[in-house]
Amino acid sequence: MTDATNNTPKSSLLTVSPRVKQRNAAEARFKMYGIAAVMTGLVFLIILLSTILFNGVGAFQQTFIEVPVYLDEAKLDKNGNRDPEDIKKVSTFGYNPLIEQAIYDTISAKMDKNPLAKAKEAKALISASAAAQIRDVVIANPDLIGQTVDFRILAASRVDGYLKDRVTRESIARDKNIDAVHLDIIDALRAKGIVKREFNWSFITGADASESRPEQAGMGVSMLGSLFMMLVVLVLSLPIGVAASIYLEEFAPQNKWTDLIEVNISNLAAVPSIVFGILGLAVFIQFAGLPQSAPLVGGLVLTLMTLPTIIISTRASLKSVPPSIRDAALGLGASKMQSVFHHVLPLAMPGILTGTIIGLAQALGETAPLLLIGMVGYIASNYPTGPIAGFMDPNSAMPAQIYEWAKRADPAYYERAWGGIIILLVFLITMNIIAIILRRRFERRW
Amino acid sequence: MPLLWLVLIVLALGVVGYGLGRHKAMTSADGDVRHLHSLPVYYGTNVSLFVVVPALLVMVAWLIVQPIVINNSVAADIPASAIPESSTLGLVMSDVRRVADGLDLAVTQGALTSAEASGLQAGVSDVRAILADVGVALGSDVSATTLSAAQEYRAMASTANLAMTALVLGLAIAGFVYAYGRTNKDFRARNVVEKAIRAILIVAASIAILTTVGIVLSLVFNTIEFFKLYPAADFFFGTTWSPSFGGGSELGVLPLLWGTLYISVIALAVAVPIGLFAAIYLSEYAGPKARGIAKPLIEVLAGIPTIVYGLFALLTVGPLLVNVFGSGGALGVDWMSGASSVTTAGLVMGIMLIPFVSSLSDDIINAVPQSMRDGSLGLGATKSETVKQVVLPAALPGIVGAVLLAASRAIGETMIVVLGAGAAARLSMNPLEAMTTVTAKIVSQLTGDADFASPEALVAFALGMTLFVMTLGLNVLALVIVRKYREQYE
Repeated sequence: MTDATNNTPKSSLLTVSPRVKQRNAAEARFKMYGIAAVMTGLVFLIILLSTILFNGVGAFQQTFIEVPVYLDEAKLDKNGNRDPEDIKKVSTFGYNPLIEQAIYDTISAKMDKNPLAKAKEAKALISASAAAQIRDVVIANPDLIGQTVDFRILAASRVDGYLKDRVTRESIARDKNIDAVHLDIIDALRAKGIVKREFNWSFITGADASESRPEQAGMGVSMLGSLFMMLVVLVLSLPIGVAASIYLEEFAPQNKWTDLIEVNISNLAAVPSIVFGILGLAVFIQFAGLPQSAPLVGGLVLTLMTLPTIIISTRASLKSVPPSIRDAALGLGASKMQSVFHHVLPLAMPGILTGTIIGLAQALGETAPLLLIGMVGYIASNYPTGPIAGFMDPNSAMPAQIYEWAKRADPAYYERAWGGIIILLVFLITMNIIAIILRRRFERRW
Repeated sequence: MPLLWLVLIVLALGVVGYGLGRHKAMTSADGDVRHLHSLPVYYGTNVSLFVVVPALLVMVAWLIVQPIVINNSVAADIPASAIPESSTLGLVMSDVRRVADGLDLAVTQGALTSAEASGLQAGVSDVRAILADVGVALGSDVSATTLSAAQEYRAMASTANLAMTALVLGLAIAGFVYAYGRTNKDFRARNVVEKAIRAILIVAASIAILTTVGIVLSLVFNTIEFFKLYPAADFFFGTTWSPSFGGGSELGVLPLLWGTLYISVIALAVAVPIGLFAAIYLSEYAGPKARGIAKPLIEVLAGIPTIVYGLFALLTVGPLLVNVFGSGGALGVDWMSGASSVTTAGLVMGIMLIPFVSSLSDDIINAVPQSMRDGSLGLGATKSETVKQVVLPAALPGIVGAVLLAASRAIGETMIVVLGAGAAARLSMNPLEAMTTVTAKIVSQLTGDADFASPEALVAFALGMTLFVMTLGLNVLALVIVRKYREQYE
């Protein structure tokens, strides 16, 4: 009847035409790109985490040497009256020969033939901190003088590196600090159980050390600095953030001022962190005259930085409380203020706490602004003397300490930096897990 | 610590006021809560608010104003002839403050009595030695003008402190009397307290504005100071960056901007394709189970502190690249000399930005209405054709916004470039060479022992200003685009 019926189909739905094949192939390719992208992201994550673990675990192990040291009365207490003042006059230089002699004697006792010509050559095996360690013990117990006491002293960083395969016989060829002879001694002493690798608590609790003593450096002091900063951030940002969110979410009228606040908050959330460091330097230190490098100032800067994050998440959790709760409270005669503080806020609290913890975790890992206000790593060499000193005295923070170690020339410090990252990540993971648990357990869905 | 004591006294008065106010309200209602206008809590809170808030506000304002006023009036008394050559009024004033603080310290440590401290004369007693004894080291001997100015400074400061204490305590008591006097059973305490709480909420919300104002002011003032010492045209158009603290530095920003942009472009070249494809796969193809595992895992990348990425760049990616492109490397070429380079920093920053791009794009792709997908699929398009020809064009403005936000992150990122990009400012095309960025130079110029008055330190503020303007521009642009786009489908 019409021409249309004469158009015989050229292909069937049952057979796949080349064009459809092409399109299906394109579809498969596209999907593959997506899978590849997701996989790339995951692979990067795995590489990053395994690099951290692989490089950082070593920092938690340290090499120690166990030696009996004869505390020579002739050297340490010439007058023989055990007067603490006299004993304090002997500096660490007075202790070094004793330790070297002790090591030398141990080598003689444990090896068939002592390869060292002089006791002085044993110096390369021990950490420079050993003399101070023994001096502290002697000052605390003057009665030990004249006796032979067993000490567990830190081995030198090169020795530690040899046990961890960081230092090899090839790599020390041009190293002035240690010879192959020393490595032979270490091998022998290790077989006898004198030289041991043990868990290194002082990496977690200790202070930063000078550039030449990586074996002694620890995270403890900078961890305290971070703790005091986080206290400031928590005490300031939680109430201010919650108050600001309540106002914006529950009370703010639609006007220019409210708009201005909202635009400001969303912009502050995207301002680079280093700009907050400049703000802290100019306003808190130059203008207000607060002490440089103080955790208090660091906390103030990080508070300003985390406030937008906390406000945004707090507003979201206030918004998720259904209006019926407010209506019911108002209907029973509560004022607007009472309905918010007695009913909405408690219901939103789990969400608010989750947001706050995540904001704190962000602040804990922030480095750049701290560098500008002077909280650089090498400052963290002494414990604060009390809570007020903890806030006001110069200190560093964990990420700044890691940065400091990463900058140092000795590769032994790289291991410390990776180890420091493990500690930092443990804190972050713990905080995030707490946040997740809070959300799972207390969050209500309406 | 007298200030601490003052605060504690005011707070204690507040607590007492709470009890008394509550008690008075209850007595005026004959102990029956039903006769009160408000709950008893509000009467107590009302009194303590009146005690604490005005007193502490005045105290804070006083503490901010006092040093400025005293500084100015003491500075006005220093004759121009007393300022040595090669010095300024500001330097003399900082000497004056040091001496005054030192005298205060000497008095508290008992090295001087307060009468002795105010009676010191420059010619008669060795002020420098006395202050050195209490641990205040002075650079030079104290001149007669400085000493008398310092004594005037101390006198004014102690009068002002006394006046402040009196005023603050007076205000606290006046507030107590006023609020306590008003307290009776018909007084609408709740309304007053709620108004006060509301005011506190508004102040808290306004801190965001204060922060922005603080950022802008601290950048602007120091930048102006910098341009007084160093011509603006040389800063913006100079092609050499070679600061030297001895003077004669060339501080052209162009090499830094070039490094910043180069690294950001490489980072975006890594992050945008991976992030976008990941977002498309997760929102269009992946089942709920795969999505539930992969999405949070990718977002873990965003929670890792940037110092970790910096270390990763410096110690892992950099050496790896050198093993490939360096001399004796896998390719047998010698294109790369050190571990830090534009590529090192760019690659690692790209990894950091993947979750940023992917989660923003994911939100935007999910916001495209399902009906549009259904329409396209119903016409016989395959899934990928739907994504390419319907979903992506619809989501494009939002994705552009996400990329702009990622770009602003990349420009403002500090630790990765400080550790991974190197320290040499260069205008070069070679991506395997070390270059430096605006943020890295802000850190290096402000973390020395630099004198804050020198152009070499102040330049950091001009760099900060440049950075702030660039990122703010990108953010505003991105927000405008995203907002416009959202309105289309809501």
